[in-house]
Amino acid sequence: MAEYQNLFTQVQVNAPSYPGVPLERDRDTNERIFEPWHSRLLGKLGNAQVGPIYLGFLGVASAICFALAFSIIGMNYLHQVDYNAIQFVRHMFWLSLDPPDAKYGLTIPPLAEGGWFLITGFFLTASVMLWWLRTYRRALSLGMGTHVAWAFAAAIWLFLVLGLIRPVLMGSWSEAVPYGIFSHLEWTQTFSIRWGNLFWNPFHMLSIAFLYGSALLAAMHGATILAVSRFGGDREIEQIVDRGTASERAALFWRWTMGFNASLESIHRWIWWFAVLVCITGGIGILLTGTAVDSWYLWAVKHGVIPSDPSMWPVTPSYTGE
Amino acid sequence: MSMLSFEKKYRIRGGTLVGGDLFDFWIGPFYVGFFGVTTIFFTFLGTALILWGAALGDTWNLWQISINPPDIKYGLGLAPMAEGGLYQVITVCAIGAFGSWLLREVEICRKLGMGYHVPVAFGFAILAYVTLVVFRPILLGAWGHGFPYGIMSHLQWVSNVGYQFVWFHWNPAHMIAISLFFATALALALHGALILSSVNPQKGQHVKTPEHEDTFFRDTIGYSIGTLGIHRLLMYLALAAVFFSAVCIIISGPSWLWVGNWQDWWGWWLELPIWNTPYKPS
Repeated sequence: MAEYQNLFTQVQVNAPSYPGVPLERDRDTNERIFEPWHSRLLGKLGNAQVGPIYLGFLGVASAICFALAFSIIGMNYLHQVDYNAIQFVRHMFWLSLDPPDAKYGLTIPPLAEGGWFLITGFFLTASVMLWWLRTYRRALSLGMGTHVAWAFAAAIWLFLVLGLIRPVLMGSWSEAVPYGIFSHLEWTQTFSIRWGNLFWNPFHMLSIAFLYGSALLAAMHGATILAVSRFGGDREIEQIVDRGTASERAALFWRWTMGFNASLESIHRWIWWFAVLVCITGGIGILLTGTAVDSWYLWAVKHGVIPSDPSMWPVTPSYTGE
Repeated sequence: MSMLSFEKKYRIRGGTLVGGDLFDFWIGPFYVGFFGVTTIFFTFLGTALILWGAALGDTWNLWQISINPPDIKYGLGLAPMAEGGLYQVITVCAIGAFGSWLLREVEICRKLGMGYHVPVAFGFAILAYVTLVVFRPILLGAWGHGFPYGIMSHLQWVSNVGYQFVWFHWNPAHMIAISLFFATALALALHGALILSSVNPQKGQHVKTPEHEDTFFRDTIGYSIGTLGIHRLLMYLALAAVFFSAVCIIISGPSWLWVGNWQDWWGWWLELPIWNTPYKPS
């Protein structure tokens, strides 16, 4: 007998748009632009209302910087296909704006030999920093905690390590990641090969553990709340300040399953830290590569993590049948 | 003791799938049930065999212990215990334990009047594991294609299998799975942060409301998925990530799916007739 599992919304209510909690100053409330519209498709999953959006100086500045970076990348792509629009689409994934050659060190090379790359990086970084400030200010203006901004800061840490901090420590912009779909994947594999296989980097291991752990916790928390949504479990703030049967059953499910449980507030601390630690440990792992450690394989052998005698490894058979 | 302050009223009989009242009790905070018993059985047997396997090996270094699959020359048959048979029995125990855990979760859901979303989600993870150690080896014709059970050795397996396809990053299902994993981490961070920012507001402020949460996201990015929607999104992103991970590995190797360099797969796009010559009048 089929039972509704609350996976998609069956009946959508046509309600008036909600303009948002009024801000302290009228001029701030008036920064919210465009008339909200409703999407039935989105409404099947979550809220149907799209908009308004808060404009603000930081938002506009960030958008301009991003548009500049995006355009520079796009123009370089077009140049690489002789401005042929059809070849542009065809080769899209293969096109790339590459960092300068190692011979330029940390100096500014000619535009066509890495100069555009550095200008792009500058505007992209500016855009990200301005956007970070925006997330901080929007929380403050609503009297809310700044947890979103600090989570974003962890991701920015990884972004800066990859594109700025590590290249500076290595003495060369050529270490940075290219702007291209396939080229950034090539960078990843080449980086791993160059530094002794990143699988042996303990911070890489930690980052992956937190990434997979994040998927685990996302599935667990999402599923749990959906399972108790019939008791109002999705009304989390209410359940946190005034515990109801939804959070009680959710907690007991996990207590009876694995012997311990979180509370409806503390689970959000677990998930915040797991997700944030992906980027924090990942950034550390990248930062140490090539600077403190020359070969992760040799590092792991030296610390007894993997056998020094390669013949001790099990043989990995080839799918062709050896 | 081991009960939460509100727990007593929830400890009722019922909800079991198998066994009725026989195993319908708790030990400390843990619910037992028929599948709790089977879980314990498979876990103890599997762990004992792992310890035996470690003893047969040449190290007790936790990182380097490895229980290895049989040589592929044994095909889909049972190998001698010391030459991979142990691995095979341990795998059966693992599947038994995971399945038991899932069914125990179902019994607990029934007792608490909850939906089955958690065990269903767990089922996706079990499917991914079974894909790696059962389905793909069957398609490749030998149990030896499973990954070794060792902390470092399983990483080496991943690295080696990846390089067999030269540029594994080019596997399109792998790309989708990774994007979904990163999106999951993003959504998780945002959701955790949003709730915490509402119930831990600025100094001197009251606890905030879902209207504040919606307003924050509409102000910042123009859209707020809402309190119910975010939990659906979290679950769908996570399950999709796991699903595409299973897909990306099962399509790698079987001859009728994909063999060779994953970079070459993209040739179909580059060679689409639409890119080639425009209309040429005679």
